[in-house]
Amino acid sequence: MVRFEDVWLKYRRAGEASLAASPDVICGMSFEIPDGGFRWLTGASGAGKTSLLKLMYLAEHPSRGQIDILGTRIGKLSRRDMALLRRRIGVVYQDFRLLSHLSVYDNVALPMRLARKPESQIKADVTELLRWVGLSQKHESRPDELSGGEQQRIAIARAVVGRPKLLVADEPTGNLDDDQAERLMLLITALNRLGTTVVVATHNLGLVARYPAPRLEIAGGKLATDG
Amino acid sequence: MAKRIDHLGLRSAMADRLLPMLVGAMSFLAVLAIAGVLAAAALAAQWQGDTGAALTVQVPDASKPAASGSGNRETAVLGVLNATPGVTNAKALTGAELDTLLKPWLGEDAQNLALPVPAVLTASWSGAGSITSLRAALDEAAPGTLAETGARWAARVAALTTSLQDSAAAILVIVALVASAVIAIATRAGLAQRRDTIAIIHGLGALDSDIAGRFALRATLLAGFGAIIGGGIAVPVLLWLATLAAPFAGVLPQSGTPPLPPLLWAALPAIPAAAALIGWVTSQLTVRSWLRGLA
Repeated sequence: MVRFEDVWLKYRRAGEASLAASPDVICGMSFEIPDGGFRWLTGASGAGKTSLLKLMYLAEHPSRGQIDILGTRIGKLSRRDMALLRRRIGVVYQDFRLLSHLSVYDNVALPMRLARKPESQIKADVTELLRWVGLSQKHESRPDELSGGEQQRIAIARAVVGRPKLLVADEPTGNLDDDQAERLMLLITALNRLGTTVVVATHNLGLVARYPAPRLEIAGGKLATDG
Repeated sequence: MAKRIDHLGLRSAMADRLLPMLVGAMSFLAVLAIAGVLAAAALAAQWQGDTGAALTVQVPDASKPAASGSGNRETAVLGVLNATPGVTNAKALTGAELDTLLKPWLGEDAQNLALPVPAVLTASWSGAGSITSLRAALDEAAPGTLAETGARWAARVAALTTSLQDSAAAILVIVALVASAVIAIATRAGLAQRRDTIAIIHGLGALDSDIAGRFALRATLLAGFGAIIGGGIAVPVLLWLATLAAPFAGVLPQSGTPPLPPLLWAALPAIPAAAALIGWVTSQLTVRSWLRGLA
């Protein structure tokens, strides 16, 4: 379950000592996504979609309000518990965020290695996922040797390899062709059917129409539509 | 066993040459400082022993009859010295030895000047008994006799030694602080270079201890390696210094290169261990402090 209760977020401006003078990018947002739920996150550029996702994948702390992620209230979590909670969240970043000095295989294996899974399990899962995203032949390549679409698929494989309980994706189909986007959505909906809570931010309203699900629409940092 | 992957790319992010070189230089200085402490202690022990045990007796009018009436005053004083418990090796300086002693003040032929030069007797004194009693006994045998021990000089040597040791200890502390600063700067440079990578790994659920541990391992290896090189380079320098110091340490020149103190040989492996420990602690603190800036 993901629950936001009157959540506000502001970023500290460079050179400013306190947050007080900074503008709010998320303004009093409250909503709840049940376990195994699926939400599209839509809104114009600059509406606050990425900031909202950052709060969900624990890259930012709210300046006010309470957030529960996967049933855990994050306000007073220790740094260690916060890290362990992050391991249960899969994230597909808009800009991929692959490690350029690691191979495709090692990039995908990274979440499992951080969670200290056995190498035999890592090999089986990573190999299977690379086959699924159609990049098993390129497992030794470096990310910068791949196209944007291929890097996107690697980022998606890395996000789901640890079987996350919450999957947060920021424009995951942005660099994919229609066929690849359909395959990605099949994977995401399959994960969702298996119990993963999913939040996907997108501008692609065609995709939203093809895969009907409740929508969180935000405008100006405020929740405009929930449902 | 889990495959050891360089997730953070630290093999390229933390300089392989500069950090070991700087830590090596610090280790070289640390070895010299430790050697200085040990050498000062050894020389002080020897000098204090020699100086503190020296007893010098001046007998004016040495050839005149003693107070007891048998023999001259010099012989009487020598007899008292030989009879006193704790006094050994009592002997009178020859005329040539006296000339050598007085040469800086009286020129080449002091004995033949028309000056009343006292006879000088030397002895070793263990410190047993009272110097006041000894002086009284000597004065009774030959009134006007003066006796001096080296205690005052020994105290000065002790003060000098303590100052040298304190200075060397201060140098060691400064070297450790500089090494720590060098490692902190190198670690921060590595953090700056791998900022994005760390943010990604942090976002994937890496513990602070995972990230700090990888930096600490790298810093420990580089600092330890640098210290081994620095300490190794210091050994021939120490042997050369030991050769120079040999005459003061009572080592005969014909015995070849003087051996280094066993304590110094024991301290040499401790330098890389200390450098590695400083590397580990400093990088752990630096990285953990930096990570607190992330959510």
